[in-house]
Amino acid sequence: MNRRELGRALSSIASLEVEARKRDSTSVLGVTGAPGVGKSCLVDRLVQAWLAAGERVAILAVDPSSPVSGGALLGDRLRMGSVDDSESVFFRSIATRNVPGGLASNLDKMVDLLVGEGFTKVIIETVGAGQSEVRIVAVADRILLVEGPGRGDMIQAEKAGILELADIVAVNKSDLAGADKTAQEIITSLQMGDQSKPVILCSAETGEGIEGLLEALTDLPQNTATALARARERLLAIHQESLLNHGDYAEVLKGLAAGELSLEAALAALR
Amino acid sequence: MATPLRIVIAKPGLDGHDRGAKVVARALRDAGHEIIYTGLRRTPEQIVRIAMDEDAQVVGLSSLSGAHGFLFPRVCELLNEAGMTDVVVFGGGIIPERDRPALYEAGVAAIFGPGTTSTEMIAFLDGLER
Repeated sequence: MNRRELGRALSSIASLEVEARKRDSTSVLGVTGAPGVGKSCLVDRLVQAWLAAGERVAILAVDPSSPVSGGALLGDRLRMGSVDDSESVFFRSIATRNVPGGLASNLDKMVDLLVGEGFTKVIIETVGAGQSEVRIVAVADRILLVEGPGRGDMIQAEKAGILELADIVAVNKSDLAGADKTAQEIITSLQMGDQSKPVILCSAETGEGIEGLLEALTDLPQNTATALARARERLLAIHQESLLNHGDYAEVLKGLAAGELSLEAALAALR
Repeated sequence: MATPLRIVIAKPGLDGHDRGAKVVARALRDAGHEIIYTGLRRTPEQIVRIAMDEDAQVVGLSSLSGAHGFLFPRVCELLNEAGMTDVVVFGGGIIPERDRPALYEAGVAAIFGPGTTSTEMIAFLDGLER
């Protein structure tokens, strides 16, 4: 497929038959984290390094659609200077289009398509702000959580439930005060949960620590706990999707609202 | 809600002024479309490539530097060369009336200068064949 055909194929992915990729590789990386921690700039660094190493890189940047208008402002690529020139990089912005649970399976097929088209690195980037984003990033085969200094204590990150999903944590903005303290808090928090995963200090701004991050990403081992967490999210996503797409969904919902159906009966009707 | 249009809003060439482009991006988003903003100083080649990757149906070009006479037609030409004749190009910024016929000739479907209301622009997009 040429670039144009690939762009079009991604638009109609729902109706395409795509061969599933082999999972458990380190080539499909999910990147998530709170707004403003520097995900896009960090991804830009990774892309530059991978391109220099001869990889073919595809980036899927997911942003929420406005719940009011249904529109979306997709601005991730403006922070990524590296993605507009090389023939070896493909960048697609994706709006969630308010399909509850619906994006995950489409995104999975997009990744399959890109891997099938010879992209050796695929990045899924999304704001880690809630359950639906967790489901999106769980499509990836490894997850990088980006954190930064001055974001409140670690309890905030633990509440979000994304820390348990991450295979590796990058504490970005190491050139700013407080980054080492944030890293230490994350390490402590992981130890309390009996988890061990790499925590890397780096700065997308200065380039400090990026090499260490790249190295850690290269041979990132499969972590049983995070693999289970990802599988759980993927299962829940497809389950939710099948519920919402069931032919009787609207009817069952009405019955439920009118009190004519019990929750158990509604669930049974939607099997 | 109707399926949103995918619209690339681009700033071609050496021009550091993007308030207008951002206002347009915001208005079109609020009208229910998906806007991909390229950021400043993109080449026509980059803009066409972005339109390909993003599978955009519409490309909006903003220029306040006076170079629209070269940049806008160049984008249209590259889109045609890539077989993307179905992509609608519109322009905005400081585009003197006397320059406009040549731009329309080159394939720019509409030009929105200062004073254009967002309603006008949205009506133009709504009128496009899907």
